[in-house]
Amino acid sequence: MFDTPKREAAVTKTDIKMSARNCQVFYGDNQAIKDVDVDIDDKTVTAFIGPSGCGKSTFLRCLNRMNDTIPICRVEGTITLDGEDIYDPKVDPVQLRAKVGMVFQKPNPFPKSIYDNIAYGPRIHGLARSRAELDDIVEKSLRRGALWDEVKDRLHEPGTGLSGGQQQRLCIARAVATEPEVLLMDEPCSALDPIATAQVEELIDELKQNFSVVIVTHSMQQAARVSQKTAFFHLGNLVEYGETGQIFTNPRDPRTESYITGRIG
Amino acid sequence: MNVGILSLIVLGLAALGYVLARRRALAVVQGDARLLHSRTGYYGQLVFLLTAVPAFLVMAIWLFLQPILIEQRVAENIPGTAIPEGGDLTLVMSDVRRIAGGIDAMMADGSLGEAQLKDMHADQTDIRARLAGVGIALGAEVSPAVFEAAKSYRKMQKTGALAMTVVVLGLALGMMGLALSRISATLRARNLAESFVLSLLIGASLVAIATTAGIVLSLLFETWHFFQLYPARDFFFSLTWNPQFRGGSDLGFAPLIWGTLYVSLVALIVAVPIGLMIAIYLAEYAGKRVRSLAKPAIEVLAGIPTIVYGLFALITVGPFIRDWIAQPTGLGDSSSSVLTAGLVMGIMLIPFVSSLSDDIINAVPQALRDGSYGLGATQSETIKQVILPAALPGVVGAILLAASRAIGETMIVVMGAGAAAKMSLNPLEAMTTVTVKIVSQLTGDTEFASPETLVAFALGLTLFVFTLGLNVLALYIVRKYREQYE
Repeated sequence: MFDTPKREAAVTKTDIKMSARNCQVFYGDNQAIKDVDVDIDDKTVTAFIGPSGCGKSTFLRCLNRMNDTIPICRVEGTITLDGEDIYDPKVDPVQLRAKVGMVFQKPNPFPKSIYDNIAYGPRIHGLARSRAELDDIVEKSLRRGALWDEVKDRLHEPGTGLSGGQQQRLCIARAVATEPEVLLMDEPCSALDPIATAQVEELIDELKQNFSVVIVTHSMQQAARVSQKTAFFHLGNLVEYGETGQIFTNPRDPRTESYITGRIG
Repeated sequence: MNVGILSLIVLGLAALGYVLARRRALAVVQGDARLLHSRTGYYGQLVFLLTAVPAFLVMAIWLFLQPILIEQRVAENIPGTAIPEGGDLTLVMSDVRRIAGGIDAMMADGSLGEAQLKDMHADQTDIRARLAGVGIALGAEVSPAVFEAAKSYRKMQKTGALAMTVVVLGLALGMMGLALSRISATLRARNLAESFVLSLLIGASLVAIATTAGIVLSLLFETWHFFQLYPARDFFFSLTWNPQFRGGSDLGFAPLIWGTLYVSLVALIVAVPIGLMIAIYLAEYAGKRVRSLAKPAIEVLAGIPTIVYGLFALITVGPFIRDWIAQPTGLGDSSSSVLTAGLVMGIMLIPFVSSLSDDIINAVPQALRDGSYGLGATQSETIKQVILPAALPGVVGAILLAASRAIGETMIVVMGAGAAAKMSLNPLEAMTTVTVKIVSQLTGDTEFASPETLVAFALGLTLFVFTLGLNVLALYIVRKYREQYE
C-alpha cells in the first residue's frame, strides 16, 4: 500500500537497545566527549566514524564502562541499556560487561589454548553445567566466529599461535561465547589484511541477527558496507547520526560531507 | 715509573692520536670530508684504539707475568741451607719480599742510599733492627743468602718495571705511527674501528665465561684429589657425617644435603606465598603512591646483610620458637632449628620473589586485562586466570632464583640451624647444611691435603651441580609452560 522501502521500515521499527543522553566524558580536565545523544537499535550494526581523536573509541568504551579501569576518566549524563541506567551505583560493571561484550583494536587472545580462550567467559559466568555443554558452546561460538573449520583439529593449541586474522576472529568468538546482548568493536580490522578484514566483515553481518553491534572504524567503506546506521563524531561532538545510506549519500551537516568526501580528517 | 702514570701517558698518547688522525684524514682529502670513506671521528677512534689497546694488553700481561718470573729466578738462587728447619721455600720468599719492601721504604725516607745498600751485608749490619725502624718486623735474624736474594729481587723488579715502561710506550708510539701512516681516503676506518670494538666486547664476555670454566675446573680437580683419598661410594651413600682430625672420618654428604634442602624448603614455603601476594597487591591493586613507597621499603629487606639476619635468628626467633613451640610440644629443646633458619631465610627471600614477580606481572600487556574485563570478568578472576598464567614463566624463574639463594646461604644457617649434621624430619631439631660444613672444613686445623679438608671441594661441586640442575629445570619449565603474549 505504501511505497516505503522495506529495509528502512525494518530499521525504524526495531527497539532501542542502548541510549545515551547528554553524555560527557572527561579525562582529568580535558573534555573528550560533549553532549552526545545516541540511540542504538537492537539487532543492527551501528558504525561510529570520525577522524582520529574525535572521541568515538572513548564513547564506545563508555557503553560497557571500560573507562572505569582508567582512574582519571569521568563520565556524566545517562546511558541506558534496555531502559536501565548503566552508571547507576547499583549496577555492577562486571555484570554489565557480560551483557555488553567488547572486541579490541589489536587481537588480544589470552595466552591459553584456543578452547580455553573461548571457554573463559562461559566458565566465569557459569554458562555451562557440564563439560559436554561447554564443548557445545565452544563449537557454536567458533562456528559463529567463522573459525571452526580452521581450528577444529587443534583446539588445544595456544591461541597466540594463530595468524592475526584468525586471532581477531578468535577474540570475536570469545566475546560471542558469553552471549552478550550488545557487541562493541573498536576498530576490529585495523590490524588485519584485506582478506581477513573481509572475513570479519562477513562475520559482523551475521552477528547482527542475534546481537546489536557497535563498530568503530576508520574506513568509511567499511562503515558503508557493514552498518545500517552511522554516527559521525568530530572533536568530541556527535555531528550527525542517521541511516548509513543517508549519511553517505546525503549528509545534512557540511562537516560530515567534508569528512566523507575526504576534505577533513 | 708507576703503573698509574704510565697508563695516563698511554691514554694521553691515544688522545693525541685521535686528534692527529682526524687532522690527517682531513688533510689527505684537502679538507673535503665527503671524499673520505668514513667520518673523521672514526679515523680518530681507530688510531685511539690501536694506540691504547695493545699497549694496555701488553702491560696487563707483563704485570701478571713479571712477579712470577722474578720469584722463580730468585728462588733458584736461594740455597737449601737458607731454609730453616721445618720451614718452607714460600715462607722464605715472603721474607724476601718483605725485606725488599723494607729497603724501598728506607730509600724513600732517605736513611739508605743505593751505594750504601751495595756495601750492606747481613753479617755486618743489623738488618733486622733497621727494618724494624721502618715498620717491617721480622721473626728472626736475616741470613746473608736471604738478604742477597732480597737485593737481587729488588733489582730485578726495578729492571722489569723500566723494561715494561719502555716496551709499553714504544708499542703505543709505534702503533700510533703505523696507524697514522696508513690513513688514506679509501681506508675503511668505520668498519675497522667497529670490528675492533666488537672484538673488545667479545673479549669481555669471554672473561666471564673463562672465569666460570676456571672455577669449575679447579673444583673438579680438587674433587678428583679427594676421591683418590676417600672412596666415592662412602661419600655418596654413607648416611653419617663425622669428620675426625686423626683420620678415619665418615664423610657422607647425605645429612648435609638433607639439611640444605630442608632449610631451603621451609624458606621457600615462607617466601613464595608472601612474596607473590605482595607482588599481586603492588602490581594490580596498589595505587601509584602506595606502590612508590612500599616497593622500596620491601626492597630494603634485600639490602640487610645476611649476618644481621643470622643475629635475628640467633637472638630473637630461635629462643622464641624454643620457648613457645619446641618445648611445649616436647619436640626439641635447642634454640637452633631448621624452622628458625628457614623462617628467617624466608623473610630474607621475600623481596627477591616479590620484586621480580611484581616486575613480571607489570609486564603483562594491558590488552590482556582489557580483554578479560571486556568479557565481564572481575579483577580477581582476571588476575587468577589470565595474568598469573601469563606471568608464570617469569614467576617460576623468580622462585628458582630465590631457591638458589636459599641453597647457597651460609650465615643464617650457621646462626639459626646450628652445626649438627643430622637427618631428621623434625623441623625443631638442629641440622646443618652443605655451605656451613664447607666453611668449617676449610677453616679447620687439619692439613690441606687431607680428605677432611678436600671434602669441601667435593661438597662445593655437589652444591654447584644442584644449583645448575635447578637452573636447567627452571629453563625447562619456562620453555614448556611459556604462554607467549606478543
